[in-house]
Formats: sequence, C-alpha cells, structure tokens
Amino acid sequence: MSVELDVFVGNTTIMDEEVYQLWLDGHTVNDAVKVRMEGGVLDECEASADVLLSDTMDQYRTFQMCERLLYSPAKLANQLLFQIPPHRQAMLIERYYAFDDVFVREVLGKKLSKGTKKDLDDVSAKTGVTLKSCRRQFDNFKRVFKVVEELKGPLVENIRQHFLLSDKLARDYAAIVFFANNRFETGKRKLQYLTFQDFAFCAGQLINNWTVGAVGENNMVEDMDVDLDKEFLQELKELKILITDKDLLDQHKSLVCTALRGKTKAFNEMEANFKNLSRGLVNIAAKLTNTKDVRDFFIDLVEKFIEPCRSDRWTAADMRIYLTHYHNSAHILDTFKHQVVWDRYMGVVKSCIFKMYHD
Amino acid sequence: MPGKLKAKIVAGRHLPVMDRASDLTDAFVEVKFGNTTFKTDVCPKSLNPQWNSEWFKFEVDDEDLQDEPLQITVLDHDTYSANDAIGKVYIDIDPLLCSEAASVISGWFPIYDTIHGIRGEINVLVKVDLFNDLNRFRQSSCGVKFFCTTSIPRCYRVAMVHGFVEELVVNEDPEYQWIDRIRTPRASNEARQRLISLMSGELQRKIGLKVLEMGGNAVVGYLQCFDLEGESGLVVRAIGTACTLDKLSSGAAASINTHMHPNTAPASNACNSPSKDGKEPVFTEDLPSSSGPPTPFRALPTTSSSPPPFSPSKPCSRQSSSSDTDLSLTPKTGMGSGGSAGKEAGPLKTLLRQQTQTALEQREFPFFTLTSFPPGFLVHVGGVVSARSVKLLDRIHNPDEPETRDAWWEEIRQEIKSHAKALGCHAVVGYSESTSICEEVCILSASGTAAILNPRYMRDGCLDIGSSDHRFEEPSPPSCGFCHIPYDELNMPFPAQLTYCYHCRRQKVPDVLFTTIDLPPEAAVTGQGCLIQARLCRLKKKAQGEVNATAISNLLPFMEYELHTQLMNKLKLRSMNALFGLRIQISVGENMLLGLASATGVYLTALPAPGGIQIAGKTPGDLSNEHHILAIQKRINDTIAKNKELYQINPPELTEEAVGSPIPEPRQRSRLFRSHSESSDELSELDLSHGKKDAFVLEIDDTDAVEDIHSLLTDAPTPTGFYSCNTEIMPGIYNWTSGLQMFTSVRVFRLSNANLTNQGLNKIFTDLCENLLKSLYFKLRSMIPCCLCHLNFTVAVPEEELIQVAVTAVAMTFDKDQSQEKPGDRAMTKGGSENEEQLQFPLELCAESTSANNQPSAKIPGTVSLLTPAAKIYQNHLITIPPAGLQESTNVSSRAPSVDYGSFADRCSTWLELLRLKAHTIRRGSVKTSRRTQSLARSVSSSERCSPLPEGRSRSLRSTRSFGGSSVTVVKMTPLSFLPGTRIVKYLGIINMFFIRETTSLREEGGVSGFLHSFIAEVFAMVRAHVAALGGNAVVSYSMKECVFMENPNKNQAQCLINVSGDAVIFVRDTDQEATPAQMNTGQTCNSGTDGAT
Repeated sequence: MSVELDVFVGNTTIMDEEVYQLWLDGHTVNDAVKVRMEGGVLDECEASADVLLSDTMDQYRTFQMCERLLYSPAKLANQLLFQIPPHRQAMLIERYYAFDDVFVREVLGKKLSKGTKKDLDDVSAKTGVTLKSCRRQFDNFKRVFKVVEELKGPLVENIRQHFLLSDKLARDYAAIVFFANNRFETGKRKLQYLTFQDFAFCAGQLINNWTVGAVGENNMVEDMDVDLDKEFLQELKELKILITDKDLLDQHKSLVCTALRGKTKAFNEMEANFKNLSRGLVNIAAKLTNTKDVRDFFIDLVEKFIEPCRSDRWTAADMRIYLTHYHNSAHILDTFKHQVVWDRYMGVVKSCIFKMYHD
Repeated sequence: MPGKLKAKIVAGRHLPVMDRASDLTDAFVEVKFGNTTFKTDVCPKSLNPQWNSEWFKFEVDDEDLQDEPLQITVLDHDTYSANDAIGKVYIDIDPLLCSEAASVISGWFPIYDTIHGIRGEINVLVKVDLFNDLNRFRQSSCGVKFFCTTSIPRCYRVAMVHGFVEELVVNEDPEYQWIDRIRTPRASNEARQRLISLMSGELQRKIGLKVLEMGGNAVVGYLQCFDLEGESGLVVRAIGTACTLDKLSSGAAASINTHMHPNTAPASNACNSPSKDGKEPVFTEDLPSSSGPPTPFRALPTTSSSPPPFSPSKPCSRQSSSSDTDLSLTPKTGMGSGGSAGKEAGPLKTLLRQQTQTALEQREFPFFTLTSFPPGFLVHVGGVVSARSVKLLDRIHNPDEPETRDAWWEEIRQEIKSHAKALGCHAVVGYSESTSICEEVCILSASGTAAILNPRYMRDGCLDIGSSDHRFEEPSPPSCGFCHIPYDELNMPFPAQLTYCYHCRRQKVPDVLFTTIDLPPEAAVTGQGCLIQARLCRLKKKAQGEVNATAISNLLPFMEYELHTQLMNKLKLRSMNALFGLRIQISVGENMLLGLASATGVYLTALPAPGGIQIAGKTPGDLSNEHHILAIQKRINDTIAKNKELYQINPPELTEEAVGSPIPEPRQRSRLFRSHSESSDELSELDLSHGKKDAFVLEIDDTDAVEDIHSLLTDAPTPTGFYSCNTEIMPGIYNWTSGLQMFTSVRVFRLSNANLTNQGLNKIFTDLCENLLKSLYFKLRSMIPCCLCHLNFTVAVPEEELIQVAVTAVAMTFDKDQSQEKPGDRAMTKGGSENEEQLQFPLELCAESTSANNQPSAKIPGTVSLLTPAAKIYQNHLITIPPAGLQESTNVSSRAPSVDYGSFADRCSTWLELLRLKAHTIRRGSVKTSRRTQSLARSVSSSERCSPLPEGRSRSLRSTRSFGGSSVTVVKMTPLSFLPGTRIVKYLGIINMFFIRETTSLREEGGVSGFLHSFIAEVFAMVRAHVAALGGNAVVSYSMKECVFMENPNKNQAQCLINVSGDAVIFVRDTDQEATPAQMNTGQTCNSGTDGAT
C-alpha cells in the first residue's frame, strides 16, 4: 500500500524559498524533510510528516525541471513551461548562481577542468559543502567561464546580461573567471588566510587596471578583461631601474624616510627594510612577463612584502602610510621617467596589499 | 465555400539540438490544413530560426474550417535520411470564425511531441477571411459562440434561453486499429490527437447547427467529453444550453436579467408561470386523463403510461413511476403553491406553471447545463435527480450511425425527465452527464436538479410580454423562493418533513435540500459553507460480460444509498441543511467500485435548523457498551458544536414550535402512494420511518456501524484560515481579493494488500482523499486567508489495484476582516458585471403569515421521512437491449431529509437479507421539539449581514508591479467563471484541447510522478500559449475533463491522455479604466500576493 504517484502543479509555479535553499545545498529529500520539521513548519499549519514529504518531493521535482532553464537564465524569462513571476525568476537565478565562499576559495585559480571536478569530493569533505552543491557551483563557474570566453566586451557587464545576475554576483563571477583564466595560485598554505572576498577585490583591481580593456581604446576585443595587457607587462621591466640604479634607490629611500619620520612607531623597521621591500615589489613587476610568475603574483606579494612587514609588526595604518609615500615619492625622482607605468602598477599593488594585509 | 485561411510562420526559438555533430538544427515547417500542405524554407544551423515565411493561403469550406485544426509540423531537414519531426502544434481556428471573438491568432506556441514533450517554440500568425454564406442548407455553423461557463457569460445579456442541445459522434480508436501494430507510438498518438480534434470540431459544428435551428446564437455550459471505449471505439459527446445572447456594451451595465423570455418557439417546453394569455389551466395534450383537477386525493401516476424506453418490468419507486407521468405536474402545482401562500400567489402561480409547462413540455428535454442563473430565472428547486445505467460495450460497426449510444443517452435523459416530473418540476438545471468505463462495461450517469423556471426566459417576443409580465413579478421572488417546494405537499413524491419557510413564513420548505447547482446569489445563508464529501469503496468479484454488468448494477443502488447516508450524516454533523454543487461519481474497476460524492454544505437561512445526531445502543443492558456510546455521543456533540463555531453558524434563536405531528394521519399517508403494486407494502412500513427532525439517530449494533461513525468523525477540519467548497464561490465569503492560484493535483495509490475488506478499502480511500486535501492546504498556506473553490475531485480505477484521484481547483484569497459581510457593491466580488448580481437581500422581515405556522404545520407529515435511496433502489432493472447490454438505472433523487434504514429494508424484500444487518443501524427517533415562536432575532442578524460596505474598502488594490524583462504574457487560469477584482471585457472563444504523452524512458524522466508532473505543466503551458495567441490573458471555467494515466514500470513505459477546456477571455482590473486587451506583458497580472505562493 503506497502512494505511487503524487503530483501538484500550479498555474503559477509554487516555490518555497526554504526548500529551494535546501535543494541547492544538496540535501536529499529526506534530509530536507527533517530540516523542515525541525524548523517547525508543521506546527504552524497542522500538517503531518507525509504532507511534508509529499510537498518536498514536489518542490524538488519542480526545481529539477527548472534547472535546465537556469543554465541559461535568459530562457527563464521567455520559456512557456512554467509561469513564474519575474521577481521570483530573479530569486531563482540569484540563488542558483550563489556560491559558498569556502567552496570557491578551494577552486579559485584552478583550471575548471574535468580533473578538478573529479577532486570535488575532497573539497566537499574539507569544506562541509555537500558534493551535489559543490558540483552545481563548479558547473556554474564553468558555464559562466565558457560563455564569457567567447564574448566581446566588458567582462562584468557580459556576465550580468547573460546570466541576469546582480551586480555584486556578476563581479564575483568575473573574479572567478579572471582567476581561472590566469590560473593565479591561491592554494598555498601562506595564502590560506586570505578570503575569497580579498581575492575578488584584487581581481577587480587587476581587471580594471591591468587588462587590455582597462586602457579603454577599443572595448570590443575578445578576452579584453580576462588577459593582462602584454605591453604593460613589458613596460614593467623598465621599473627595474628603481632598484638597479643605486642613486635612485637611495634617493627614493631618503624621500620616503623623510616623509615618514615621526609619523609611525615602525619607522626604524621601515628604514631598515626599505631596500628589501622595494626590491621585492619591483622584482615582482619585472617578472610579470612570465606566465609562471603571473600565477605567483599573490604568493610573491605575501612573501616579498606582506610577511616581512608583518614580522616587524606593522599596523595596517603603517602599511598604508608607507605605501602611499613609497608610491608618491617616486614621482619626485627626476631621473625616473616611467611615471605612468609606475602609477598603473602601484595603484593596483597598493590596494591589493591594503586588502591583503590583515592585522 | 467561403473562407480563406492564412498562416504565416515567423520564427522558432529554443529548438532542440537535432544534429549531434554540429549541436544545431536545420529546421523547416510544414503547414497543413485539410489535405493541403505548404512548406517553409529550411533555416540551416540554428536553434532560433527566423523563417518569416510568406502567407500560406488555404481556400476552404467553412465546414472544414470548423472541423479541422491547423496543423503545424516542425522538422529537421536531413539530406540523406528521412527528415526528423521535432514536434507539432495544432491550432483550433474556431475562435476566428466568430466576429465577436478573436480576430487574429498570433504568438509563440510550444512545439509539442507526444514522446518528448515540449521542444522549443514557434511563432505563428493566423487569420481567416470569411465570406458570408446565407445558404439555408449549409452544414456549417460559423458564428455560434461556445462557452464552457455554466452561467450567462459576463458581458453578455441573455435574450432567450432555448434549451438543451446534445450531439455525439463515434469513431474507431486509432490506438486499436490493426495498423497500430506496425506504426510507431508517435504516429499512433498523433493519429489519435488529430482524430479527436477533428471529432470535437465536427461535434461543435453539429451542435452549432442545432442552435441555429432553434434560433439561438450561442451555447452556454458547453460540456464535451469523450469515452475511450477501447476496442469498441471512441465516442465524443457534448451537451450544452442554447441561448440567444446579446453583447453588452462594455462598461454599460445593462442588467442581464432584464428580460428573459419565455418560451421561444423552439424552447417551449418549459415553464409554469403566469400565462398572460391563458387564464385557465391549460393542460397539454399529452396530459393523461388521470390528471384531473387538483384534488388532494389524486393518486398521482396511476397511469403508468410509461414511455417506451422504460421497461415495464421496472419496479417503480416513486420517482421512477413518476416518470411516466408527464402529467402529474399540473395538478400538483396547484396544491404546492396553494398551501399557505397568499392568495395572490396561488392561482397565478398555477397559471404560470401551466404555461411554462406547456412550453417546456414541447421540447424533448427541458434540461439546462447552467448552474447559476440570472435573478428570477429559478423559481423553485425540487431536488437532485439522477439516473445511471450499466451497458455492455460493443464494437461500433458503423461510425456514421451512432444510434446505439444515442439511444442509451436518450433513455437516461427520459428517466431524468420523469424523475423531475415526479418532483413536480418541469425542468432540470445544473444538468451533466458522465461515464465510467472498465473493459467492456460502461456506466452512464446523468444528474441534475429538478426545478421550476420562470418562463419569461423561454418565450418569444419577450418585449411585449414584458409589460404584462410585470404584474407577476410584483411579488418579486423572495430570496428564499427557490427553497420552496415545487411539489404538492399533500402528494409529495417522497416523504419529507416540511415547515414554513423560515424566511418568508408563507411557503413550505423541506428540512434538507440537495442540488447540483451553485448557490443562487440571492440566497440567504447563515455562516460559511464547507466542502462535504462522501467516499465509498465496494469490492466486487472479477467477472466478464453480462455477469459483470449485473453485479455492478446490483451494487450501484447500495452505493448510492450509502453515499447519501454519509452525506446526510456529515451535513448534520456540520449543522447545515443544504448541499449545493452535488456531484456523485461512481467509477468502475475490475474488482471494485468507487463512489465519491462532493458538495458544498451550507446553512440556508430559509430552511429549518438541522437536528443533532443521536447515538443509540443496540443492547441497552450492557454497561460498558453504554459508556462507549455515551463517549461517542459526546464526541459527536462536541464536533457539532465546534463546527457551528468554525462555520459561524449562529442561526437566529428560534424557539421551535412544533413542526409536524409525529404520526402522519393514515389518510395523508395514503396520498403519498401511487397505485403500484408495491405501494401498499411500502405504506405500512412507512410508519417506522417517521420521526422528528431533531431525531436523527444512529444506532450502533455492530462493528460496521462503529466504523461508520468513526469515519464520520475522522474528517479533519480545514486548517485555520482555509475554507473549501466545490461550488463557484464560497457561500458566506464575499470580499475576494485578487490572489489566485489554480492547480491540479493527481495521486495514484497502490493497494498491495490482496485481501482487503470493504471497510479497509473505505478507510484507505477516505485517507487518500483527506491526505490530498491536507497537502493542498499545506501547499497553499502562504495564501491564507484563502478559500479553495471549485474543488473538483475525479476518481478512477485505472488498474486492478490502483486508485487514482485527480483534483483541479483554485485557491483565492479574501479579506478576512470583511468576510462576514456582504458588500453592497457586488461588482467587486464577481467579475464586475454589475448585472449579474443583484443581491440585495430582502431585509424586510417577512411578515409572518401568522396562523400559518401553527395550524398547517401540524398536518405536515413531517415525520415521514423517506429517503431517497430507497426510491432509487427500486429502479434497479435490467433491460436487455439488442447488442446485449444491461441496463440499470437508479435514481438518486433529491433531498432526502433523513435516512431510514428500517423502512427501506423492509420494503425491499428482495434485498432483505442483505440489508438486515444494516437495517437498524440508523433510525430516526422521535424527540419532541418545542413550539417555535416567531422570533425576530433572525431579522436582526440578517440585516447585519447585509449592511453594505463602502465600495473599494474590500477591494484589494494590489499594485500591479511590473518587473519588466519578461516577454511572456501572464495568463491566469481558473475553474470559476470570473476573476475576482476584474471585469471580463471579451470572450475570445472556447479552448478545448486534447493531448497524449508517452514515454519509453520512464525512470529517466523521474518516474511516474516526474512524467506526469511535466506533462501537466506542459498542458498548462500550451493552454496559456493558445490563450495568449488569441490576445487573451485568462482562461475561465477551466476544467480537466480527462486524465487517463497508464503505466508499465517493467517496460519503463507510461502513457497519459489529458483533455482540458475553458473559455479564453480578456479581463481588466476593476481599477483600470480602459480595456487594455491584447498582449499585456508581464507584470500586469503578477501582483505580489498572487504568485507569491511559496
């Protein structure tokens, strides 16, 4: 004796946001029922567990049928199968494309390939996100990656229009795509302390300043926001003069020290470390023509700059003031001709470091 | 000849990938009408092809235009092999043939494949140029409007109601043709879909012709069904009510009711009403001589001039016997009205009646498929009449001669007609027909409500009559008028307990009223109504052919009887006294019969308060038993009290005056009976049944009875904030807001336990229905406070151990604060056609007709409560018709005020043994009621209820937020004839669609549930798309008429057939000034509340 078939179809598709979240989180129907029961939904409407099970199954089926449409959200608006009010469509899409920061942190910068997908069970075990949910999130990354790969124009805007996502989410996806494309190393132990949002911020900086599209001459080039501007990377080599030319280096140091004196407790350390730190930053710039070094950009920033500072117990304010003067003083060096490149480089590095330097 | 059909294929989108190699599709389109086919160019390598074809023109007969659908096939071009079909779209162009409906069909249609479901969409443009054809002998009936709505469509005024139209066409079912063995499932499904589409078109055309013949221009309450008779063929049949409708200029609220007319020529079978011309009783010719002057002593239908269709052998019950008497009517009427009523009513009425009668009798079947009527149309309601017959199916040899099926229905209708006569009524309203088929056995059922109608609607030349008519209207029908008995109180067709109407105090009313119609808008109710269901399973032995048919025939009366008892008990338990929208469905399976009766119970203010239920033990000595009984009694009393509170039934306190003497005088009783041989026996037994209305006693004498009582109490109350009913709207709730959610839910239950008892089965079935309801409440909890309206259950036994229940209904929100009040402005309640509702409640306290109460009431045989079922049982009879068929016919009649097994059993000597056990389970007791004194309390309460509200306060003006972006027209669907808070400005034509879906990869599609879920969603999508293409934004009177589901999990296969219908309309919000028809994109209808249903 059993219910063999049990369906409920509304003219307006009925969707419970709570169940949707449970489904997205990869819970099985039975788990979802358990969670809902604990949530007390039964008490408020005098229903039994059977009713809850039946409702949950129905909703799960509906979501499964909708899932296909969510692959290309634009379809959701003009498909005829489900009558879903626009504000609910927006909710469905936004939630479907939402991701867990802990999960994305694990795959950030990795190649979105089958191999990575195979390792998702490890990620799942490590992060506590269900495998099903991991797969959905991973597939979302991959889908977005594939679509924007072939599109011209600004990355964030493309994602937003194509997937009908909110601005915030579109920016996050842009970061993910950017990281995946350039394969930035984010998994090293030294980088573990950084959150996805830290990286997303940096990605935004890089996209806005260092890519082909950032220059803004022709904004209809493929991958304009994904690939770094090669010319710019070449020009970065010129910055080497700041550390190779001894006069310049000393001059730079004295300018910075003059400005900083008395303004910070860490002044002594700053003075002592100036040459090291400056070499670190300029060397990072000079090496960026190598793809390998691009990948290590963040680890280099941490190793060459952030760690030394942290071991000297700089505060965030120290960091801010130091970098500001370090950056600005270069303008006063009369033999230093590469002001434009320097600004483009330091602007980004500065804000990245600010973001990455946690007290 | 006259018609040029033009079609243009614009574009496609979301097409499936047909070429794996390129992940693309080379699509082209074939457009076919009749035997002509056009093709578009191939649009290579695109999933979103733009064809932008030329106009394909078809020059065709209008006959074809009506019958044929436009068939659009999307294919994938393949250079080397056969082109692959992607899917099809069938477009019914009927709406284009009527000038008042749609003028163009334009929009995106889902491309449907019977194996894969929806596969992308196609944008099509269709137009028709129609030339006038004045040929009198034409075979087409273009221009006749069809409405599924079972009331006068809003935005029309009815000039005349012509009456019943029916038609039936038969064919071989392609699924069972030899060729089916060699063709693909897809080809077979498509052949079937096409055939049914053709047959529907043909049927509609033929009915249209009949309507034109009658002088009408529309069919209202059009109900089309088909019977899949398997091997023996495919029957498509339809019934409806022919009318002449005038379009109201939108906005101008011409009151529909204004004139309705009396008998039109064709229509004249009808009415009894004051005849202006005939001052004297005019008896129709067919009146049997027996119908003499109305004397109290007239033995009614002595004259068993039974018409041919009835076998003489039929043991007659009162009802059936009455059938023979078309005649009894006249005489009775005189009496009926006479009783206590003012003089003015008496003679006048008689005249009225006679005239109506003549009018109605001239027509073959004075049936009306309408369930709600313009004010004044319905004069009195007699009760439910129904008939069933069991037939053996035989192969249809010649599709052009559907005579056999016609004859079957003819018989049933005759029977219904005669039952109505027996109730003193000349017409049947709320009429419907249905079938249930299992293998070669078919149960045909018909039911309706016997009624007396106002003839003005059926007569010609209403205008001139109008003037003379007014005098009859003067005593304008009180809101309680329809409750008054139409039959002669001294010569009642069945014993009922009569009292003076609690509203007007002038006329007699029964203590309980059952009907198949909606609650008349003018009716006064106390508190809210609720859904009442009786459910029943009966096992039967597996058998073949005639044996099987006989077994079923024998079971039917018992089932009807028990369903009836259950309904009655549940009604009492809820302290209500009337049922509306009663629908009794009996489904046959190989080894069981399922019965499901649904209705909406209400407390009609005009009817007496129902008595309670008393439990009596069989063995008074046994203490423990007695204790048990006390406990049960307490539970019942508690439940009644709780229900009263729940439904807010606080009838005005009336100190009851004695109604009816306990024992009918013998003389009176004798009048009750016809001169049939059995009558004398019945007579003597009747005494057992007498009782008072307060004395509804259930006797517990065996476990069955305990079970029964148990099941009585197991119906879970609806959760707080919810109401439910199966009628259009909930009696007692008037301030709907715009939240709306139509849904369909289907459940199939597998019985794995081989040896089930009837009780066990009943419990399972009851639980199934109850759980389904609970699930619905849960699903829709976000809409609270809301009411599930038009809850329409359909049960079936698709296979031996399966029970299928399907429900379609709509959840509507209302404003809780004002639910008690009846707003003065009705427009907000209903679709804004002000005309429809003129619900002013007569506030005036009916001047009580003084003496009336005391005296006559004593004479009323209040005690003799004979239950209908008893009557039914008698009609069991067997007719062998030529192709070896079995017929059984039962008559569920009317209102049985109460149930009495005792008299029933005794009279049915044949079934005596069988019934013995039950015989005493329920018996009326006799408890004295106190004398009723006229209390005015009532009036107070009623005036409160009527206080008009400032308009708009209750109207929910949910802002229509538009979210932009979406390009898909939002289409609302509802099984009701209106959308709350809106005005229907145009009817675009009928939607009648039939789909088959089949799969050979059931598991992959999510099992049976996944399969059916997506199919139902697809059907909704296709309905919406068609409506949107017609320029509409809603479907009203939507119903799923058929949902046949078959599975074979072992083979990983399943198949499902669905038939849906409704009326495509354009509505505008009450708040919107001008009609914004056509495609109203997006937000328009998405108001937050509605769709927000989570």
